[in-house]
Amino acid sequence: MSKVKLATVWLDGCSGCHMSFLDMDERLLTLSHQFDLVYSPLVDCKIYPELVDVALVEGAIGSVEDERKIRRVREHTTLLIAMGDCAVTGNVPAMRNPFCLFPILERAYHENASAQQQTPSELVPALIEKVRPVHEVVEVDLYLPGCPPSAGTLFSVMKDVLAGTLPNVTGLTRFGA
Amino acid sequence: MTNEKLQQIAETNVAERKEYDYELNVCMALGCISQHSDRLKAALIEEVARSGKRCHVRQTGCIGPCAVGPLVAVSPTGTLYGNVQETDVEAVVASLGGEPVKRLETHLQHYFEGQQAIVLENSGQIDPEKIDEFIGRNGYQALMQTITQMASQHVIEQISKSGLRGRGGGGYPTGLKWGTVAKAVGTQKFVICNGDEGDPGAFMDRSVLESNPQRVIEGMAIAAYAVGADKGFIYVRAEYPLAISRLTVALREARRGGFLGNNICGTKFAFDMEIRIGAGAFVCGEETALIASIEGLRGQPRPRPPYPAFAGLWGAPTLINNVETFANVAPILRKGPEYFAGIGTAKSKGTKVFALTGKIANTGLIEVPMGMTLRQIIFEIGGGIPAGHKFKAVQTGGPSGGCIPEQHLDLPVSYESLIGMGSMMGSGGMIVMDDTSCMVNVARFFMEFCMTESCGKCTPCRAGTAQMFNLLTKICDCEASHADLDLLIDLCDVVKNTSLCGLGMTAPNPVLSTLRYFKNEYLEHIENRHCPAGVCASSRKPAIQRMVTA
Amino acid sequence: MNAPIDVKTLIIDGVDVSARADQTVLDVARENNIFIPTLCHLDGLSDVGACRLCLVAVKNSPKLSPACVLRVEEGMEVVTKSERLLHYRQTILQLLFAERNHVCSVCVVNNLCELQSMAQSQGVTHVRFPYRNPKLQVDASHERFAADQNRCILCTRCVRVCDEIEAAHVWDVMGRGIDSRVITDLMQPWGDSSCTSCGKCVNVCPTGALFDKSKVGSSRPKNPDFVPYLNMMREVR
Repeated sequence: MSKVKLATVWLDGCSGCHMSFLDMDERLLTLSHQFDLVYSPLVDCKIYPELVDVALVEGAIGSVEDERKIRRVREHTTLLIAMGDCAVTGNVPAMRNPFCLFPILERAYHENASAQQQTPSELVPALIEKVRPVHEVVEVDLYLPGCPPSAGTLFSVMKDVLAGTLPNVTGLTRFGA
Repeated sequence: MTNEKLQQIAETNVAERKEYDYELNVCMALGCISQHSDRLKAALIEEVARSGKRCHVRQTGCIGPCAVGPLVAVSPTGTLYGNVQETDVEAVVASLGGEPVKRLETHLQHYFEGQQAIVLENSGQIDPEKIDEFIGRNGYQALMQTITQMASQHVIEQISKSGLRGRGGGGYPTGLKWGTVAKAVGTQKFVICNGDEGDPGAFMDRSVLESNPQRVIEGMAIAAYAVGADKGFIYVRAEYPLAISRLTVALREARRGGFLGNNICGTKFAFDMEIRIGAGAFVCGEETALIASIEGLRGQPRPRPPYPAFAGLWGAPTLINNVETFANVAPILRKGPEYFAGIGTAKSKGTKVFALTGKIANTGLIEVPMGMTLRQIIFEIGGGIPAGHKFKAVQTGGPSGGCIPEQHLDLPVSYESLIGMGSMMGSGGMIVMDDTSCMVNVARFFMEFCMTESCGKCTPCRAGTAQMFNLLTKICDCEASHADLDLLIDLCDVVKNTSLCGLGMTAPNPVLSTLRYFKNEYLEHIENRHCPAGVCASSRKPAIQRMVTA
Repeated sequence: MNAPIDVKTLIIDGVDVSARADQTVLDVARENNIFIPTLCHLDGLSDVGACRLCLVAVKNSPKLSPACVLRVEEGMEVVTKSERLLHYRQTILQLLFAERNHVCSVCVVNNLCELQSMAQSQGVTHVRFPYRNPKLQVDASHERFAADQNRCILCTRCVRVCDEIEAAHVWDVMGRGIDSRVITDLMQPWGDSSCTSCGKCVNVCPTGALFDKSKVGSSRPKNPDFVPYLNMMREVR
């Protein structure tokens, strides 16, 4: 049986979901023979591959770069899993939404900066006005709420997904879990 | 007040009116007053005095075709002058007894021909602030007859036999409602008249209150007698100050005449009422929210059951009917229920007052028998679509209703037929639209109205209308996808079936109705990023986030 | 001695149950361990039928009825669960999440929130509606308590408990529709209001909108079960 091509992506998130993924510890080893980690912040790959079977996406869409990335991920992925509350609901990154972007940048880079007050514009991707959950930009196949979803939840979900089934997550996790 | 005295007042008034050679009836309902018909009337009085002619200049209520106001109706010739200015006063007075002033003559035979005035039979014929003129045209005869000769049960039977249904929009059989309140157990009962009339484009109730408030008072008194109530409230929206002042005068005159208070018309029947003024909330037109408002509470609806007929105002059995419903009561009792039941269709008896507005030549107030077709109403009475445009749809029932397109114009107007078409009768507002209207924008307009008027108590209406409005805005802005449309349709179903009161339950109607007949316009916005009517700002840019750089 | 109350028999989800005539369908369902989701209902407070989660289908009735205010009737046949009802409940919950700013991960009642657990029990894993992200305030002026409008679902339990049980009527609702807010007195800061600091509103609030500052991080920050006991103790014998 060919190995499942697995990718993990982190966008506007804290990487906590990835930590939770790694928290599967030795359980990860029981799954590892079933997949090839073809793209991930955890491995050394710069370009998202042409064909990915399963993608675990952490984080919300907060910048033009996030938007570009997620569209590429969607285009080249069969099963896109929104992993964690940031990807599913916006969560903490979206807490800036009630405020306009301009005052936030002013507060961060001007009012609170003791020296060289300037809003970064080179090399750093431009922020978008409202942080959005993944499904508001591209279609999502499976939602995994949790902040982060526990290692046990991720293990259970991965087992099912690698076996080719879509699990029902409601008993396993919830918002803020 | 006795029957003899009543007859005497009537006869005296009729005779007094005959003493004049001519009458100039100046419309002083809100539409014409906004065009300074009050100044016009003052000028006419002066000119008549100067001319020496025996002419009575009278302020009346709404004459009907508001589009050509200020209106002056000449009696006995029956000439109707429109767009009369103060500068025309000399010509008008000079023409009395001779040829009418050609340039002022309105040619609205078709407008009046198809109509049948029951509710509006005194509108434009009497001074609304003079009770004697009302009595001169059979006013308070029905009340006198009813409370001196009929048992209350018999009154209810007459109303039931007439087939009168609630004119506020619900169409609930009035006799059945009266019977329920009459049977309900309670030491005190109330009668409430719902004059909130919040539908955009509706001004039927306003006109009745401004033109013939006594008719409503008479109806309420008869109702109170029938159900066993001794206290009434008439709830009028604050945005109708003229109606409120005319009603105030009318109540004072009614009390003075012995038609309200203790020992009405010399019987043991006692009934009086107060005006309660609204405070700008459409939701207070919903009966339980209206009751809460009268109780001094936040204007929010309550779950029904229990229905107001059993437990309404302060927990007491309460009869609550619309202004127009009460205005129909006296004629039914005076002329007999068969007369009323002989007009209209099998299940929708009598007449209905409609407020014709929008893209139509003869905007104004009309009263037609139920069963008349929409085509007749819009093209014959209404005078059709002006300025060379083409009819597109007519909205009935306001924000709770729907639109009827061209192919259904031969629909006879009745409660059932309009519901069958995905709309409803509503209170009587009829907004005509032509090819310059974007139906998606129309749906969005009504959704915005529902969203801002939602009381906020229940989640589906409060949050649902806001989401639906945002989705409709997205579609209008040509930035929506098919998924957005599917979400909108699903949300319509949820809000319709889970809302607490009629506002939420019917808020999706304009959306569902425009989708039923004009889905192509929605799709045009979504797929081609184009508004066919040229109303919405077309957008050619792809639907992505607007980006902000530092 | 009160007059004897009628007993009615009805069917809920195919199960024959008996009830007193003055009971609601919700009361009877709970007595028979039939779960009907609720948020605005709280034992001991008056019912308003506002959240619409408890809507049930009654045979021969075209409209759905809120179980918390629906009086039992002889021979009534009630269905409390169906695909349609589940869809409606999920949608209502999603509308609530999208209405204001509910960020579970940083909330004082994360793991102890009725809205959160209701979402889980009804199978809500994501919100289909765009988040509105309104700009809302936090009122921390009170010495012991704080009110975060971002987490309020307008269940009005606080209004009812303060009016009916504490009888201070400090809380009420201001504004209309989506702009409705619960306010203290005439929109004065909580700390300046006529609040008696009894804490009842904090305990009955189903989310983290009202919370006790000293209980942040506690494993049991709220205790809403006191109301029926208070009512019982106040009954005249």
